[in-house]
Amino acid sequence: MSIDIATVRSLAHLAQIGIEDGDLQTWAQEFDTMLAAVEPLAAVNVEGVEPMTNPAHSLRLILVEDGVTDGNVQEDVLRGAPDAREGFYAVPKVRE
Amino acid sequence: MLDLAMNAPEPRRIAGATGDWEIVIGLEVHAQIATQAKLFSGSSTRFGAEPNANVSYGDAAMPGTLPVLNRGCIAQAVRTGLGLKSRINLTSSFDRKHYFYPDLPSGFQLTQLFQPLVSGGEVLVEMGPGLVRRVRLDRIHVEQDAGKLVHDMDPAMSFVDVNRGGMPLMEIVSRPDIRSPEEAAAYLGKLRLIMRYLGTCDGNMQEGSIRADVNVSVCRPGQYEKWLEDGDFSHLGTRTEIKNVNSLRFVQQAAEYEARRQIAVIEDGGTLIQETRLYDPDRGETRSMRSKETAEDYRYFPDPDLLPLVIEQAWVDGLGAGLAELPDARKARYIADFGLSDYDASVLTAERENGEYFEAVAQGRDGKQAANWVLNELFGRMKRDEGVDITNCPVSPAQLGGIIDLIGAGTISGKIAKDLFEIVYTEGGDPARIVEERGMKQVTDTGAIEAAVDAVIAANPAQVDKAKQNPKLAGWFVGQVMKATGGKASPAAVNEIVAAKLGL
Repeated sequence: MSIDIATVRSLAHLAQIGIEDGDLQTWAQEFDTMLAAVEPLAAVNVEGVEPMTNPAHSLRLILVEDGVTDGNVQEDVLRGAPDAREGFYAVPKVRE
Repeated sequence: MLDLAMNAPEPRRIAGATGDWEIVIGLEVHAQIATQAKLFSGSSTRFGAEPNANVSYGDAAMPGTLPVLNRGCIAQAVRTGLGLKSRINLTSSFDRKHYFYPDLPSGFQLTQLFQPLVSGGEVLVEMGPGLVRRVRLDRIHVEQDAGKLVHDMDPAMSFVDVNRGGMPLMEIVSRPDIRSPEEAAAYLGKLRLIMRYLGTCDGNMQEGSIRADVNVSVCRPGQYEKWLEDGDFSHLGTRTEIKNVNSLRFVQQAAEYEARRQIAVIEDGGTLIQETRLYDPDRGETRSMRSKETAEDYRYFPDPDLLPLVIEQAWVDGLGAGLAELPDARKARYIADFGLSDYDASVLTAERENGEYFEAVAQGRDGKQAANWVLNELFGRMKRDEGVDITNCPVSPAQLGGIIDLIGAGTISGKIAKDLFEIVYTEGGDPARIVEERGMKQVTDTGAIEAAVDAVIAANPAQVDKAKQNPKLAGWFVGQVMKATGGKASPAAVNEIVAAKLGL
């Protein structure tokens, strides 16, 4: 599989990562290297095999009973924000 | 009971310049699950809290936090699925849907794309006497809501409140089985009603507990049937999705506008694009919406922090056994057990609380009489007061029942009962005591009634002669006697005595 520059640019946009035009080619090559590393997996026949999305598939998700046990830490959750006012996170104007 | 022996309504047809068109609509309904805590955190779901008060470190996507699934949310979604005759999938899983926007601290929403908790199901939507639209459901999956942006507090900044972030939602996805804007609104209303009966969503549309994405397309007559046959969606035309519509009326208006807009575009020789649009209720139109991502690429993948959700059939069965009675079943029961008319039963089941009130009044009494009092007197009276409904009405079922009992025991006449009702409605109090204290008791003492009848007869000799020739005029005497006794004379006794004295 070969990743072209347009794909890298699109991925960078989706991930909100700034990549200089001059670096796109290098990134494309690195993607190719990574994909080549996992490419052999495509040769395995998985016909009729249930997809396994987690190595701990035999374990089950733990559920907790419904009840309010958290929250009310407004000051703490806002503390790391670059800007916060009147209990809100303040961000540069977003236009719908 | 609604059943499929009933007829489906005709699809809406719109006459265009080039011939007739039909409308095809499918809804994706986001319903907030009624629980104390959020889907993956212990933060409160209470509406109207201080900004960012209902936010835990996990809701704010602080590094090192992990999601923990709330069993209550899953139970509510399972109940909803059972109430909608869906299939409950014992194994389901959560996926990440990615986008960058300030309302989403983690940069992804946890949802169930690949393996939803609930599949299939149906909603029967009554569109008139004997007309029922069966709307099939595709799936119900469980997901997180996003936070809220406030734009009007500062000209240069937007403000973010994450209270709604992580709130539990059910997304209920219908098949494109809805064939008119009216049906779309009625479908959403029925879905809301069912969830309110089940107690799985509070249905409060003002607070955003239910929002709908409305998918609309138009096609030529006959094309829909082709789709039913071969499943090829291209028969149905290019669809657009109107996002986040938050009332039944707006769903109907938006679908109506959008269908007509599409027809105009096609008939003008234009091409429809599959896109997301917004409904502007002030202008009554839909307009194209710039999407959150230029390309809608959400890069879904299974969440690596969450194991598959596996539930037990026995647990599902237990939830099913405790399921609340649904509106259609309740309506059928009112008709069968209380002998109510279809219309009266519909009104009494149109909101869950209506039926609860009615049944409390009907308990141990005549159901039909209870229904008449609730529908005619109580509902009629409440209509005159702004802001009064069954949940805050000043007359309790016990008080209304007390009034009915006083009629049944012959203590008060039906006419006096209405006066008594007004007193109880405006002043409150125990009906029996009010009757006692204010001398409203019906006069059953035949001596007193006879005296009153004699007085009326003596004063109106001409009327007596007329009544002897035309016995129907006896009613006039009854009316005079009732007037003379302040409406407290027992009408049955007055009738009898008047007839006897006039020799009829």
